[in-house]
Amino acid sequence: MIKAILIFNNHGKPRLSMFYQPYSEDTQWQIIRETFHLVSKRDENVCNFLEGGLLIGESDNKLIYRHYATLYFVFCVDSSESELGILDLIQVFVETLDKCFENVCELDLIFHVDKVPNILAEMVMGGMVLETNMNEIVTQIDAQNKLEKSEAALAGAPAQIFKSPIYNCIKKNKIPRNKFNQGGERPVL
Amino acid sequence: MSDIVEKTLTALPGLFLQSQSASGPAAAKASFSSRLGGLVRGITALTSKHEEEKLIQQELNNLKATVSAPNTTLKMMKECMVRLIYCEMLGYDASFGYIHAIKLAQQGNLLEKRVGYLAVSLFLHESHELLLLLVNTVVKDLQSTNLVEVCMALTIVSQIFPREMIPAVLPLIEDKLQHSKEIIRRKAVLALYKFYLIAPNQVQHIHIKFRKALCDRDVGVMAASLHIYLKMIKENSSAYKDLTGSFVTILKQVVGGKLPVDFNYHSVPAPWLQIQLLRILGLLGKDDQRTSELMYDVLDESLRRAELNHNVTYAILFECVHTVYSIYPKSELLEKAAKCIGKFVLSPKINLKYLGLKALTYVIQQDPTLALQHQMTIIECLDHPDPIIKREVLGEYSYLLGKETPEEVITKLYKLLTSDSISSETKAWIIAAVTKLTPQAHSSNIVERLIQEFTTSLDTCLRQHAFELKHLHENVKFMKGLLPVDKSCEDMVVDASLSFLDGFVAEELSQGAAPYKPHHQRQEEKLSQEKVLSFEPYGLSFSSSGFSGRQSPAGISLGSDISGNSTDTGLKETNSLKLEGIKKLWGKEGYLPKKESKTGDETEALPVPQENIIMENVDQIITKKDQSQVLTQSKQEKEKQLLASSLFVGLGSESTINLLGKADTLSHKFRRKSKVKETKSGQTTTAQNMTRSSFSSSSNVTYEEDYYLDNLQDRGDKEVKKFSLNSELLDSESLTELPLVEKISNCRLSTPSLFADNNMEVFHPPQSTAASLANEISLASSLLEETTEHMHSDLMEVCDNETISVSSYKIWKDECLLMVWSVFNKSASELKSANLEIAPAENFKITEQPGCCLPVIEAESTKNFQYSVQMEKPFTEGNLSGFINYQVMDTHSVQLEFSVNLSLLDFIRPLKISTEDFGKLWLSFANDVKQNVKMSESQAALPSTLKALQQELRLHVVDIIGNEGLLACQLLPSNPCLLHFRVHGDMLALWFRSSCSTLPDYLLYQCQKVMEGS
Repeated sequence: MIKAILIFNNHGKPRLSMFYQPYSEDTQWQIIRETFHLVSKRDENVCNFLEGGLLIGESDNKLIYRHYATLYFVFCVDSSESELGILDLIQVFVETLDKCFENVCELDLIFHVDKVPNILAEMVMGGMVLETNMNEIVTQIDAQNKLEKSEAALAGAPAQIFKSPIYNCIKKNKIPRNKFNQGGERPVL
Repeated sequence: MSDIVEKTLTALPGLFLQSQSASGPAAAKASFSSRLGGLVRGITALTSKHEEEKLIQQELNNLKATVSAPNTTLKMMKECMVRLIYCEMLGYDASFGYIHAIKLAQQGNLLEKRVGYLAVSLFLHESHELLLLLVNTVVKDLQSTNLVEVCMALTIVSQIFPREMIPAVLPLIEDKLQHSKEIIRRKAVLALYKFYLIAPNQVQHIHIKFRKALCDRDVGVMAASLHIYLKMIKENSSAYKDLTGSFVTILKQVVGGKLPVDFNYHSVPAPWLQIQLLRILGLLGKDDQRTSELMYDVLDESLRRAELNHNVTYAILFECVHTVYSIYPKSELLEKAAKCIGKFVLSPKINLKYLGLKALTYVIQQDPTLALQHQMTIIECLDHPDPIIKREVLGEYSYLLGKETPEEVITKLYKLLTSDSISSETKAWIIAAVTKLTPQAHSSNIVERLIQEFTTSLDTCLRQHAFELKHLHENVKFMKGLLPVDKSCEDMVVDASLSFLDGFVAEELSQGAAPYKPHHQRQEEKLSQEKVLSFEPYGLSFSSSGFSGRQSPAGISLGSDISGNSTDTGLKETNSLKLEGIKKLWGKEGYLPKKESKTGDETEALPVPQENIIMENVDQIITKKDQSQVLTQSKQEKEKQLLASSLFVGLGSESTINLLGKADTLSHKFRRKSKVKETKSGQTTTAQNMTRSSFSSSSNVTYEEDYYLDNLQDRGDKEVKKFSLNSELLDSESLTELPLVEKISNCRLSTPSLFADNNMEVFHPPQSTAASLANEISLASSLLEETTEHMHSDLMEVCDNETISVSSYKIWKDECLLMVWSVFNKSASELKSANLEIAPAENFKITEQPGCCLPVIEAESTKNFQYSVQMEKPFTEGNLSGFINYQVMDTHSVQLEFSVNLSLLDFIRPLKISTEDFGKLWLSFANDVKQNVKMSESQAALPSTLKALQQELRLHVVDIIGNEGLLACQLLPSNPCLLHFRVHGDMLALWFRSSCSTLPDYLLYQCQKVMEGS
């Protein structure tokens, strides 16, 4: 079971935090901070798995993370999940976000603070993997959007936010960090 | 980063405009949608956390007013909720909005409802009382005909739902298992699973419905049900053995590619489903041959089919291997699985390597040979930068002993420990592993060796581990209890507060022990102490209070060029303040930077290049440092120098450098001090006052030098002359009690230019008692030219016969030791073919100077043979032996042998550096030796210690700071060595540092000798 899904940026600012097991608000914050500290100091060339963050106080919990551009995607899971499986699930999640927001970037996560959890909910429900097929997720989201739009009659086209794609790095599973550091084209908030 | 933010911010307004134009007419909506943008923009423009707090608090106040206002529309409420979500995510309390979130979920349209539900699931925790208010909404939505609403309700139920209200929704959700839409069925399954997790007894009756879900025609629903089965089988596998066939069939279909292509992920069919199924099979087949046999085929196929084209294939493969090793073993499969593990372990991808090692840990229990195959990889991994990898590896080794004896494993680990290529962190891990293995080992030779070796390790962590092992090792029974076989000690309960030690601590405190200081406090103290210990480059830190009580020899160095006129200060009385020849630190235009003396002669010029070399090194170090730090340092340095020179004009090393140059421009004045010779027979003490030619001099600078020099030797010799200082000076320096003592020098004094600062006193070689007066006089006249320029020892007869007498003396030149053998022909006839040879010695480099083979030594005359000697590597003492042969009357040849003792100190020269340079050099040297030496009572003060070191060891006093002293010297040709010492009571803490590894030890030895001897 997935215990928590956290997204934070390189500075530790949370962009999404979903907990699938009840924790007090303080504990949640502690978990976010600790996870950031654990993950952010890791090199690019070490493995994407971390064991036994005091997270949640359970010894068999693992942190599985990926770093895309300015964002860390961290899944905290128990022993019933496969490490490599989750690693690919993160990839699926990011690719899905990319499809939904067209070249997703950190700003999308900020301005769609209400939509990102919604997308995630189509993939992971209550800590269980619900759907792993990207197309299926996107279809569901589109269907919902359509319904909501027709009902609300508000053409709430998502703002064409200033974007810098992390798409390429998603494809290659690589993070062109330099690009962001040099160009400044990457919005970092 | 700020410029990036700025760019983003400038881009934002345009974007919002864009979004407004896109979103059409609703002006209110547009203004509202930009609120979040405004908030984000506001936050990013801030520079401090405090400002952020202020802004968000303000925002929250606005929101509070808006959400509770009666005319707020749901649309606006939705926008408010989004902003509240954002604020909460940043860690601010938005609890006033919780009730409105529930209201929004209850009343809003789809979009608003979704935001409402989301806010609820993000804001509220499981047992929040407001959650009860949500139940009605959920029930209503579950019954809705709108699929989206049903989905939202199912999602919120699986995310957060009050346990006690489950019965209210359970039948509705069970109904959904028959829903026509698979997405609803799927979500219903997961919602039920969530109920099973939080309240298992409430859903017991629906187990049969789970089975239906497993057989659902939709793969997604079936997959969702696997979560439940995995959980239930883990808890009780025997109840679900009958399902093995179904799972096997499903897996076969998946592996065989029977699923729609939609389920493919990177052309791998439903990888997550496969993983789930393999896990279930592993649980079912455990220790159950019959069940296991059902799955052999499909496992074999899985292993076979897994083409390694994508990361996710490895995920499947890994599960496959795990399952193969979990179930009742089949050798054929095990073999294949083992091969797969090899792919993981040998993979360059670090994630796979990690998993490979993880796989090895459980494989080893069944098949230790496999681990042996990968031993090399394992050992390589031991030094992997990722600590997680290391941990896996060492876990490995403790399992390895299944086949090998613990002793063998320990031996291997020990080998690793002694290898240099392994970092100390890893070594600590290894010792921990050894500790775990030790209780099972029978013989413990290696463990003992290891303890012995590592309890003295320089690495604190290693040492701690070694001591732990040592103490545990002493009590084997206890150790066995603590580290049981087949236990990884993970289940141990550790009292992290160490409360069981409270009594002990209280007791110790009551007995006056120092209380525990937390790490940061110690760190701070250490830092402040470090400042005292001067890891920073040293600055001149004279203070009048620190100086006045100290009888520093430096304090006797009188005078300085206060007026800035050093040349016209002509003749002055001997015992008055001398101004000339002192380095000009301050001129009319201010501080004069240190520069090489233009008038520097040969002796001055020689040490310079070497200093430059050192300086170059130092420069390299500086560049690594913060430039600004250096700058401020030098600024401080200047200020300190200003202070120091105004207080103690002409003190310190700088003043002496120029002094030398000046002195050399003046005519040299050779003075021969009275000399004491105590004969061994103890008959008489003859004092001779042999004053050499005293050149008329326009300056008496050398006198002054002498006072300074002599004062270093106030040992209460018989013949002392007291000079009283100018009273004015005495007052200013509070040194009224300190007499200037002229001491008999037992060496021939040359100009002060040899050891320019005169901080060094002459080395005392064993006195020759044999040389006759007449002889000496005649010899003295034949002393080499160098002797007039350099310090040298007394003539010492090394051998003689009826014809000749060979004496030798040492000339301590700046760049080398010059050994001179004087051969005096006592006979009335001339000696022919005189030849002096020095046997090559191991540690010396001996260079013959010209004129060592003389055809003739005339009657009653002296000839000199010179050899320059360099020490090749530091040692304490060495012998230089040689022989002289000559021919008498053209007939027979006579050979005389002799030997001279050379000490390390013959090759030690003062190193004239500034305090600043000392600091830099200090940092650059790697070899250090520390030692506390007890001083005899007579020495128990800094001045006398300093004196002894200066005299006996030829150390240059760089600086004196309080009760600490800095000295510097070099071993010829260019091995600098620095000494920092500190006096506490009667203890002298010596700290040597050098670039040469052995030099500090030898110097320490000499130092100790000096301390003991005097």
